[in-house]
Amino acid sequence: METLLAVWEAIPETWQNLLWIIVKILAIAVPIMLAVAYLTLAERKVIGYIQVRIGPNRVGPRGLLQPIADGLKLALKEIIIPTRANRFLFLMAPLLALAPALAAWAVVPFDDGMVLADISAGLLYVLALTSLSVYGIIIAGWASNSKYAFLGAMRSAAQMVAYEIAMGFALVGVLMAAGSLNLGEIVRAQEGSLLHWFWLPLLPLFFVYFISGVAETNRAPFDVAEGESEIVAGFHVEYSGMSFALFFLAEYANMILISALTAVMFLGGWLSPFQGIPGLEDLFAWVPGIVWLLLKMSVFLFLFLWFRATFPRYRYDQIMRLGWKVFIPITIVWLLVIGVAIMAHLGPWFD
Amino acid sequence: MSIEPVLFYIFSAVLVFAAVMVIAVRNPVFAALFLVLAFFNSAALWLLLEAEFLALVLVLVYVGAVMVLFLFVVMMLDINLTPLREGFIKYMPVGLVVAVIMLLEIAVVVGPENFGLDQVAPPPRHGADYNNTAELGSVLYTVYAYPFEIAAVILLVAIVAAISLTLRRRPQTKYQNPAEQVLVRREDRVRLVKMEAEKAGSAEGAEGD
Repeated sequence: METLLAVWEAIPETWQNLLWIIVKILAIAVPIMLAVAYLTLAERKVIGYIQVRIGPNRVGPRGLLQPIADGLKLALKEIIIPTRANRFLFLMAPLLALAPALAAWAVVPFDDGMVLADISAGLLYVLALTSLSVYGIIIAGWASNSKYAFLGAMRSAAQMVAYEIAMGFALVGVLMAAGSLNLGEIVRAQEGSLLHWFWLPLLPLFFVYFISGVAETNRAPFDVAEGESEIVAGFHVEYSGMSFALFFLAEYANMILISALTAVMFLGGWLSPFQGIPGLEDLFAWVPGIVWLLLKMSVFLFLFLWFRATFPRYRYDQIMRLGWKVFIPITIVWLLVIGVAIMAHLGPWFD
Repeated sequence: MSIEPVLFYIFSAVLVFAAVMVIAVRNPVFAALFLVLAFFNSAALWLLLEAEFLALVLVLVYVGAVMVLFLFVVMMLDINLTPLREGFIKYMPVGLVVAVIMLLEIAVVVGPENFGLDQVAPPPRHGADYNNTAELGSVLYTVYAYPFEIAAVILLVAIVAAISLTLRRRPQTKYQNPAEQVLVRREDRVRLVKMEAEKAGSAEGAEGD
């Protein structure tokens, strides 16, 4: 132990900081990857029970090792590169899809002060990075040299641009209500009780943000980029093996990210739901904040799975209409409402 | 040695390389992707200048939205590049003259004699609590409120003009009216008919299917 400490002391301070940051990144990224693996199992189980089936139950006790078997299978499969496809971009696209989904976690606060990068423009950073994830899909569609993949890429590009605007406006509402772009400050601005959380004053924005999040992650009922009944599997029809698995990882990592962001911005992040209730607040004071955040995230993740099991896929023109003609006007009107509420010091949120 | 100059030279080198490649590569999709790389690196340079708002907005607006639409269009184009390259030699003298004039003009304006620490004092370093976004906002909405609003109105006019120029209704196209679709009730479409079973036993047979 003492030799280890001596070795640590011998490293110059800049490198110490760098190593420390890398350790923190691993502490965030590895649990996310595990969560992604088990989210796929949860999805199959939940949808199974919704459809009165059992779901996977063969690999391991109660099917618990299924994601590991799936991952192993994908890792061992051959990566096929189509003829006349652009080799470099074809292999680059899955990485471009996954990297923003992981990088955005840098500013997500898990507890009071428990955040990798406590930057002042955190909300902008999140918005900028989530807008990058579309590149993986567009490049995959173009580089595959396949008509179906290209159609999927085009659909997804138009859809992403439409819903990003609604998403951005919803975040402007959060920024106005909290008075800060820092995600930690946004959570602290919701302190008080369950009714102080932003879901209540920003209710329309809350719905718009989460539904746009479902659209941005290309999940059902907005999964026209994949659309297996129309364009086979859309942008990733030519992908196999590990390169296909990376697209899957990116999609699920994005789902977890959207759930975390919705929980942080509208449901009080790490704050306890029993805050401000006399008896219960002390009773649950020992629960660490990260547990509340994870519980809130699970609610949204369950909603993602529930949507997929319930709703039929939107028609393409309906998606465009919902994004441009319904969501964007709603957010703009509600921004005016928030502005008036802030000017009037409407309690208990803006006093 | 501080790590900042190293980062600066890395980002600048990649930026210059990407900017040259934008005009040098043959494939328009690659050119657009190199432009994305160039935007990204200039955003990183702005971060080094403590202008994090501008850096993030550059990524958000140009990389996240403008270039996506650009790629969208460029990928749909099926242009044959050979006719575009015809006459390259013929037009080269004119192009060279224009390029040299522009280069000289740029050199006059941003030449080395106008810069350097003796001409422009280094900007003061800000602490960790310095908030570029808040600083920009407090100036933009007070001192520059009118220019800001006029710029916004000009942009709005441009949007309306662009839409009205491209909007045309062709009589033969068929499209749905979503408002009507949303208002449809079941009673308009489905009529439930109650009738006697015609043959005993056929109902049971149908159930088995």
